[in-house]
Amino acid sequence: MAELLRQAWAIARKDLLLEFRSRTAIMSAAVFTALVLVVFNFGRDPTAVPTLTIAPSILWVTFSFAGMVTLNRAFALELENQALEGLLLSPISRYSLYLGKLAANLVFVAAVETIGLFLFALFFDVPIWDVLAALVGVIALATVGFIAVGTLFSAMVIRTRFAELMLPVLLLPFLIPPLVWAVQATGALLAARPLSEVTGSLKLLAAYDIVFVTLATFLFPAVVEQ
Amino acid sequence: MTLAQRGRWVTLIGLALLAVVYLRALAYTPVELHQGPAQKIFYIHVPAAWSAMLAMGLVGLASILYLLVKDPRYDRFAAASAEVGTAFSLVMLTTGPIWAKPIWGTWWTWDARLTLTLFLFFIFLGYLLLRGTVGDAGLRARYSAVLGICGLVLLPFIHLSVYLFRTLHPQPIVLKPSAPSLPGSMLATLLFSFAVFTVLYLGFVIQRYAIGDGRDVGDA
Repeated sequence: MAELLRQAWAIARKDLLLEFRSRTAIMSAAVFTALVLVVFNFGRDPTAVPTLTIAPSILWVTFSFAGMVTLNRAFALELENQALEGLLLSPISRYSLYLGKLAANLVFVAAVETIGLFLFALFFDVPIWDVLAALVGVIALATVGFIAVGTLFSAMVIRTRFAELMLPVLLLPFLIPPLVWAVQATGALLAARPLSEVTGSLKLLAAYDIVFVTLATFLFPAVVEQ
Repeated sequence: MTLAQRGRWVTLIGLALLAVVYLRALAYTPVELHQGPAQKIFYIHVPAAWSAMLAMGLVGLASILYLLVKDPRYDRFAAASAEVGTAFSLVMLTTGPIWAKPIWGTWWTWDARLTLTLFLFFIFLGYLLLRGTVGDAGLRARYSAVLGICGLVLLPFIHLSVYLFRTLHPQPIVLKPSAPSLPGSMLATLLFSFAVFTVLYLGFVIQRYAIGDGRDVGDA
C-alpha cells in the first residue's frame, strides 16, 4: 500500500512539475473559466432573475466546463514521443499510474476552481465568505467523483478519433448525479440555510466518490494494457 | 440453419405475436376509466422500457465477463445488446410523451423515471459512438467493456439523484409488495406483451450478433 502511494506520488509529482514549469495549460484553463463566467453574466437578464437564484447553476456549469477542458490534458501529454509506453514499461503498478494521474488532475482542477470561485464571488457579488469552508467541502466532494471517472475516460479517448468531442459525450452523463447534489448543497449554503438540510446530498456525493474512485481504479488496467 | 436465420425466425415469431398484443390491447382489454384510450399505449411503453433495461443489464454483465475472460463473443453480444437496447429506448422515449401530453398536459417532465431512461438512452448512444471511433478490435472491446460497466453503475446514482423530486409518473402497479392492482384482462395483456418484447429482444440480438460474427470473420 505504501509502495502504491509512493509510486502514485511520483507520477503526480512528474505531471505537476511539468505543468508548473510551462504553466500554459493552467493559464488557458483559468482564462477559459473567467470567460465562461463572463458569458453567464451576459446570458441572463439581471432584472428578471435575481443573482442568488441562478448562482449555484452558474458556479456548477462553469466548473463542469472547466473540469472537461482540463481532463483532456492528462493523457494527451503522454502521447508525445510515446511517453505512455515508457510509463507502462516502468515498474509502476497500473493502479499507481491511475491514482497519480487522478491526484495530478485533482490538484490542477482545484487550482482552476479556486480561481473560478473567487471570480464568481467578484463578478456576481455572491456572499461566499461566511460559508467558504463548507462551500469548499462541497466543491471538493463533487469534484473528486467526477474527475475520477474523467481521468479513466480521458485515458480511453486519446486513442479514439475526435477525442476532444468524445470526452464530453461520454463524461457528461456521469456528471449529472454530482451536479444535482452539489447544486442543492450550494443553493442551501448561499441562501444561509443550515447544512443539516442537505446532509442527504452530501452523503450521496461521498458515496458517489467512493464507488467511482474504486471502480475507475480497478478498470484502469483494462484501458491501458497493450 | 445459420444463426442469422434462426434470429430471423425468432424475430418473425415475435412480430406475429406483437400483432396479437395489438389485437388483445385494442379489442379484448377494457378501456381505462380515467385515461380512456390513451392508456392503451401502456402495453407497448412498459414492455419496451423493460427490454431496454434488460439490454443495459446484459451489456453490463457481458462487459464484466469480457474483462474477466477476454472472449470476443461477449464483446460482440454486448455490442448487439446495446444496439437493440437503443432501439427499445427510442420506442419507450417516443411512446412516453405521446401518452403524457393528453394525460399530464406536458410532453416531458424531469422526474426520476423519465430522467433515468433518458440517461439510459444517452449511455447507449455514448457506447455506440465510442465503438465507432476506435479502429482496433481489441482496444474497442476493452474500452466499450469499461464504459458498459461504468454505465451500469451510474444508473442507480442517476435514479437516486432525482428520486427525491416530485413525480408525476404512475407508481408501479405490477412489481410491488402488494398484489397487482390491475384487472385480470389488463394484467394478462401486459404480461403477454412483456413476453413478446423479450422474444423480440432475443430475435434482434441474435440477428445483430450474427452480423457481428460475419464482420469479425471478414476482418480476419
